[in-house]
Amino acid sequence: MSEHITVNIDDQEIKARPGDKLLWAALENNIYIPHLCAIKEEKRPNSSCRLCFVEIEGVSRPVTACSRQVQEGMVVKTRSPQVDRLVKTAFELLLSDHNLNCRECPANRNCALQKIAKERGIKLKHNRLKPFNRTFELDDSPDEFALDRSRCVLCGQCVWADRVGAEAWIFGFAKRGIDRVLTTFNNLPLAELSCNECTLCVDACPVGALYYKKD
Amino acid sequence: MQLVEGEREEILACVKEVLGNNSKTRENLIPILQQVQKKLGYLPALAMEKIAEGVSVPAVDIYGLTTFYNQFRLNPPGKHQVKVCLGTACYMVGGDITLESFERRMEIKEGETSPDRRYSLDRVACVGCCTLAPVVVVDDQVEGKVTPTRVDGIMLALEENGESPGEQKSGTEEDGNNGEN
Repeated sequence: MSEHITVNIDDQEIKARPGDKLLWAALENNIYIPHLCAIKEEKRPNSSCRLCFVEIEGVSRPVTACSRQVQEGMVVKTRSPQVDRLVKTAFELLLSDHNLNCRECPANRNCALQKIAKERGIKLKHNRLKPFNRTFELDDSPDEFALDRSRCVLCGQCVWADRVGAEAWIFGFAKRGIDRVLTTFNNLPLAELSCNECTLCVDACPVGALYYKKD
Repeated sequence: MQLVEGEREEILACVKEVLGNNSKTRENLIPILQQVQKKLGYLPALAMEKIAEGVSVPAVDIYGLTTFYNQFRLNPPGKHQVKVCLGTACYMVGGDITLESFERRMEIKEGETSPDRRYSLDRVACVGCCTLAPVVVVDDQVEGKVTPTRVDGIMLALEENGESPGEQKSGTEEDGNNGEN
């Protein structure tokens, strides 16, 4: 792994290790690419949030940076009209069923969605797409934290932390399409499962879905 | 859903038998679930837990799988099974309103079973008689042009004699006793 390869991202020459994914190579060099579902250690990324699109010279369509390996001499643009449009639509879709009451959200000012909105100049409002409100029961059964699914973006960070970090196998996803939801077995409250409240999942949550209770 | 008396043993025996007949690999998970559902009529949480143990797959993943595919049901089939068609024709003439009427009358949601296991409510894609839309299948009996008023009629008939209207089914000796409503 001594060999370094050079990649050009937004007219900036950066060094990366062969086999690295483009997204992480860029982030390590302070070049921001929006992302929610990407997990650095994951061998096969989900690429499900559709936010990390970039354009690579010689590739006809935008590609997800989290799944693309760096190559010597690659020329990458993180912004282009096509990329911006894809990212904006994906972002608006995420917002369409998101509880946008930021003021009461524990992750306010420390939220991945707010960061992406700021970086890409997208408003945190229901604009083009009608809001799709889903009602969820708040799961505040654990002593230290709570889960509000109305703020969940289904990124899977907590599932990864829960399985790889804590080896607890509490979280997973259920149903499909617009009904897709972060769940526990049989949708049981967390306190009724073998959750030992290691709170790795809370730390992993990029938004305010999993949050520490006050006091 | 609360298990009825003796059901726990039945579930355990069934899962044990099915796991014995199949190699306990991840690839066999769906066939195993299908076989258990065929025997029990549905997939109780207990069965999913036991299958998870047997196949060494996290229980939450089995729950995710069974809620992903429409073929699996997690609630027991009710004594009276109502299936509301939401195919194109039925949907266009208000099948969703019919479904809502049933949900209100039965006080359950689509895909659920009433706590006394008297009714279960499901949606189906097409029954094959679109000219009768909106169509509802009540215990294998097809009902056509089901308006919310007709829903009341169907429910009344089910509540009163425990029989689906227009049909005399065999083996219903206990029907009258259960009609507490």
